[in-house]
Amino acid sequence: MFNAVFSQIILVLLLIKIIFNLKGEIMRKSLFMVLSSILLIVGGQAAFSGGHSVTLDDVKARGNLLCGVSTGAPGFATIDDSGKDVGFDVDYCRALAAAIFGDPMAVKFVGLTSAVRFTALAAGEVDILARNTTWTYSRDTDLKQTFLGVNYYDGQGFMVKKDLGVNSTLELDGATVCIQVGTTTELNLADYFKENGMSYEPVPTADNAESQQQYLAGACDTYTTDASALHGTRVNLENPDDHLVLPEIISKEPLGPLVRHGDDNWADIGRWVLNALIIAEEKGITKANIDSWKDTKDAEIHRLLGTGDDDILAMVGLPKNAMYNAIKAGGNYGEIFENNLGATSGINIERGVNASWTKGGILYSPPFR
Amino acid sequence: MKASAPPKTESFKLSMLLSDTRYRGTSLQVITFIIFVAVFFWLVDNTLKNLALLGKDVSFNFLFLRAGYDINQRLIPYTSDSTHGRAAFVGILNTLLVAFVGCFFATILGLFVGILRLSKNWLVAKLMSIYIEGFRNVPVLLWIVMIFALLTEFTPAPKAFKGADPQATMLLFDSIAVTNRGTYFPAPIFGEGSFWLLLSFILSVLIVIFIKQYANKQKKETGKSLPTFWISILIIILPTLGLYFLIGKPISLEYPYLKGFNFKDGIHLRNSFLALTLALALYTSAFIAEIVRAGILAISKGQTEAAASLGLRPNKIMNLIILPQALRIIVPPLISNYLNLTKNSSLAIAVGYMDVRGTLGGITLNQTGRELESMLLLMGFYLCVSLLISSVINYYNRSFQIVVR
Ligand SMILES: N[C@@H](CCC(=O)N[C@@H](CS)C(=O)NCC(=O)O)C(=O)O
Repeated sequence: MFNAVFSQIILVLLLIKIIFNLKGEIMRKSLFMVLSSILLIVGGQAAFSGGHSVTLDDVKARGNLLCGVSTGAPGFATIDDSGKDVGFDVDYCRALAAAIFGDPMAVKFVGLTSAVRFTALAAGEVDILARNTTWTYSRDTDLKQTFLGVNYYDGQGFMVKKDLGVNSTLELDGATVCIQVGTTTELNLADYFKENGMSYEPVPTADNAESQQQYLAGACDTYTTDASALHGTRVNLENPDDHLVLPEIISKEPLGPLVRHGDDNWADIGRWVLNALIIAEEKGITKANIDSWKDTKDAEIHRLLGTGDDDILAMVGLPKNAMYNAIKAGGNYGEIFENNLGATSGINIERGVNASWTKGGILYSPPFR
Repeated sequence: MKASAPPKTESFKLSMLLSDTRYRGTSLQVITFIIFVAVFFWLVDNTLKNLALLGKDVSFNFLFLRAGYDINQRLIPYTSDSTHGRAAFVGILNTLLVAFVGCFFATILGLFVGILRLSKNWLVAKLMSIYIEGFRNVPVLLWIVMIFALLTEFTPAPKAFKGADPQATMLLFDSIAVTNRGTYFPAPIFGEGSFWLLLSFILSVLIVIFIKQYANKQKKETGKSLPTFWISILIIILPTLGLYFLIGKPISLEYPYLKGFNFKDGIHLRNSFLALTLALALYTSAFIAEIVRAGILAISKGQTEAAASLGLRPNKIMNLIILPQALRIIVPPLISNYLNLTKNSSLAIAVGYMDVRGTLGGITLNQTGRELESMLLLMGFYLCVSLLISSVINYYNRSFQIVVR
């Protein structure tokens, strides 16, 4: 509950930050633009290289990556008993940090509620968002965000207490529903109930913790959000067997990392770290065996791990062994999945569509060439 | 011989604008104004530039687009197909509702507590001090959250009312249901003929006002006060009640009943609304109580004693001598407390109450990414309400000043 109020305060501060241009990057960028336009006029030719990322410069100068994650979504981003950030989204940012610095720990995680995440990214509070965020048209265009790809194909689900006696979402007519504000969830919910001629009473909450509390107190009959997060939340409840995630999935929620518009090279870096993790799984490169590929005949692996002659990563301003470090940090995509969401994690989510295309899923990376 | 020089008229020098007291006031004002305008334009320009750098523009078109989300408490018809503008309006009405109901109860409670705090009974006075200090010194946000937690954690779910031997039962002859989703009251249904009842009621009230005025006039002329209290009450109640039965009970009550997951029909006061209104009313009432006490204490004791020596009884002294004068002192700070309550109502977000902050400044802002525009509109709304309320104070001050004869 206090989170809601704090988010509001943060939102206003971020807005002030945008208005007063307190963001170092924009200031420097505008200076850069003035300088480069002068250069254009004076010299008749632009003199900057194509592979330059202002955000990357900032990150390097700062010495760590600022990664926006959720305030607590089991499996995606939580803090474990020893105070360490763990989760599927967390591991992606660690891989990115490892690619840049060679050190997966060179990242600072910023917990953001659904409501403030985009403003925080726009204001430069974080360099990248990896916060179970759905890729949608309006976020891409109107909200001026650049999505780097999909790291989890999700869909919206509903969780109920078993003793409610409900087995399908179509039996939820008249129910009270807990939702988090500022999400695609609340929009899908409105559409789904309308399409099916059902009514409901929304109970808006600020974050997962509050939704969960209201749901457990019985203030709402059902809690709806991304099915992956529901599964993660359920296994962490006191008696997981008393709760049921209904079989219907009412929407497409392709989740992925994103950056703000305007720094294409930074977007490229984030996108290709994600792709590298996916390719590593296709190729069977794991955290454990990553050092044993030196003699492989597969040229793509050499390009990926930087063991060949070409240094293609210099184009985006990364070291030659950047992807090696990224994969070494937490393993390939499949390993990260298993550790945070799959059997090893206790959440037991099946790979399903999120399996590599080589294994019947739809996870498919463009070639590393 | 002495040549008389013409009176020396000092020629105007630019420096005089600042050094000469005749001009200084005006020139300082002009300078301040210029600086203010410059800063203002710099701010606007800077904002637009920075938004442009982020690839954003300033546009209020989103107010006319489909909102796409649902709102639980609606005082006017609204669906997810309505526009963001309408969603904002639904929120505004919800804000005004909390403000209005909150101010109403805060005033009644505050008056009551303030007067009781002056009681000669030691225990009563102490209890009221504890009330005031307790509510005044804890942040209102904590009260809101605490009351909300109490309302949701310690009340039964609608399910508990089910079955042959339910765990929970409705109150007052099965008419009120207190649940962890809110409290359901019977709703009045106005059938045919209700209009005549309303008419008769208004007429009765008018008659009573007329009688009161007549009695006041009598008192001024003859010094005798007429016993109007009971007569007024009878006039207000009897004709309307008689008509009610005569027409055949046109107003009936619609009772809430359990159907499916929730109670249906009746008036549903959500816990978010109850917690917010209650907390704001309790918190503000503590301030109002102090204002009332100060107002009463400000009237010199001599007046009470003078009135007593004329043979007036204590409640007459309070009503005729003290309160009319105290009100002059009480009302302005009272209204500014109304203002505070209204602004504090934006803490609604802590319990998910859909006020204007929750719709326009919350969901709409998030879904459209129009942070600046939404915040500007929001500030504009609160500013308008504040200006409106303070103009009421000014009007009051002007019309109730002590006229020095
Ligand atoms: N994918 C949806 C929903 C994202 C969302 O808010 N997910 C919840 C799932 S539990 C979450 O991350 N909550 C964590 C938090 O409260 O910070 C979106 O992008 O709008």
